[in-house]
Amino acid sequence: MNGKSKLYTVYSPWIASIGLFVVWELSVRLFDIPEYVLPTPSASFAAIWQFRDAIWMHAVQTMLTTLGGFAIAVVFGVVMGAAVGSSQIVYSAANPILIGFNSVPKIAVVPVLVMWFGIGTVPAVLTAFLISFFPIVANVATGLATLEPELRDVLRSLGASRMDVLVKVGFPRSLPYFFTSLKVAVTLAFVGSVMSETVASNVGMGYLMMSASSKFNIPLVFAGLLVIAAMGIAMYGIFSVVEQRSTRWAVRGARSA
Amino acid sequence: MTHAFVELDRVKLRYQEGEGLALEQTDMKIANGEFIAVVGPSGCGKSSLLKLVSGLLPATEGTVIVDGREVSGPLKICGMAFQNPTLLPWRSTLANVLLPLEIVQPHRSRMRTQRKTFEEMATRMLTGVGLGGYEKKFPWELSGGMQQRASLCRALIHEPDLLLLDEPFGALDAFTREELWDTLQKLWMERPFTVILVTHDLREAVYLADTIYVMSTRPGRILVRYENPLPRPRTQEMTFREDFGDMVHGLKSHIRTVRAA
Ligand SMILES: Nc1ncnc2c1ncn2[C@@H]1O[C@H](COP(=O)(O)OP(=O)(O)O)[C@@H](O)[C@H]1O
Ligand SMILES: [Mg+2]
Repeated sequence: MNGKSKLYTVYSPWIASIGLFVVWELSVRLFDIPEYVLPTPSASFAAIWQFRDAIWMHAVQTMLTTLGGFAIAVVFGVVMGAAVGSSQIVYSAANPILIGFNSVPKIAVVPVLVMWFGIGTVPAVLTAFLISFFPIVANVATGLATLEPELRDVLRSLGASRMDVLVKVGFPRSLPYFFTSLKVAVTLAFVGSVMSETVASNVGMGYLMMSASSKFNIPLVFAGLLVIAAMGIAMYGIFSVVEQRSTRWAVRGARSA
Repeated sequence: MTHAFVELDRVKLRYQEGEGLALEQTDMKIANGEFIAVVGPSGCGKSSLLKLVSGLLPATEGTVIVDGREVSGPLKICGMAFQNPTLLPWRSTLANVLLPLEIVQPHRSRMRTQRKTFEEMATRMLTGVGLGGYEKKFPWELSGGMQQRASLCRALIHEPDLLLLDEPFGALDAFTREELWDTLQKLWMERPFTVILVTHDLREAVYLADTIYVMSTRPGRILVRYENPLPRPRTQEMTFREDFGDMVHGLKSHIRTVRAA
């Protein structure tokens, strides 16, 4: 990659985002769209500043809720993915259940969770978990299940146990799949926690936006959306870096491109 | 021949019930430390033969005996290498070569305390095949020929008594391939072990093997057994000699009659 195109790659996301805000700002002003329909980005950023204390409190709550649910999803996803990916029997037994479960809209599960745990943090954590574990399971299982037949023969002729194969080949091989799934899963976890906070909590970004909209404070609603988006991008970015650091061998193509 | 190290006695192999035989009536006697090559048309059962000897596949009929014992499950005394080097991309070349020592006893339990010794051993071996200085490199930083050298080291690091090679040089260019013949011959002459080399390159078989077996088309059967009188060590110059050429031609005409039949 030459210096110039590298520079473009670094700046292009900023240029695109700022461009979006500029178009948004100009459109609202040009077409005279009332604030209660679509506030300008400048009004939304102003709202972020104006309500920064409340936003900070709710954002921290949402962040912790999301990371809590995400952490459970990682543990569960790895264990489940290892089981599904290393045993044909577990795979065929669990596959329809997993797919069925993943097809249920999680918003439909929130009322059940509220019935069991009451409103607040617990259903939000669990919703974040439920919505984000599937990609982790699927990716870990895929990474484990792909073993070249020749390599399998080499290992078997050395007398390797199933555990040996899993530890020496399966897990390292599934690492890049795992990290890829983390990026996706963490953004899904935000969707889950905010969704649950919106309908069943009195704290968190979801709740903040819900109460702002009931008071017709639309700039604050949009401020909330922007903050959630920023948190999602930040987490995605962090896990991208972790991915690239830990699985250099798998991204070698991208490096030299 | 006094005592066979590998013996196939009237071995037959059928993959699926109701299907034709893949191997028919195969008899072989391979002495300890002998280097044999198996040549034959594609699909005749050469790879299957290796799987039978290594115990990865049970014989449908007949017996396979290795080192005086009937084979009933995967053998732990054999090293294997294939056309595809199957090195693990997340391990350095050195760590790839060390893999068998992490699995096979008694090395496995000594790994923790003697890692340094093992690493020195692997480094020496890599240097011996011309990969000195590449220990820390990853497989994808090596050329195909270098990967295959590393793969040979991995197959031999735990000092197996039996080496099974399934067209190991098939994907390499002619120059690299012939270099690797010398590498393999050197490894074998340093510490003799029994080798079964499957190949479709007749020159390779004549260059490397003491004995050459020619197989028929499916269902595979041993048609002829050639004893190769060329002295050791074989050298690149020998390949231009008349007796070398005659042997290759003899094999070639044999295979031609097999294919026509
Ligand atoms: N796992 C398998 N199941 C069924 N048939 C097989 C299997 N492996 C190989 N065969 C068949 O057995 C025959 C011999 O195969 P193989 O030993 O791979 O031949 P070669 O290595 O000489 O090319 C072929 O006809 C092939 O189609
Ligand atoms: Mg084959």
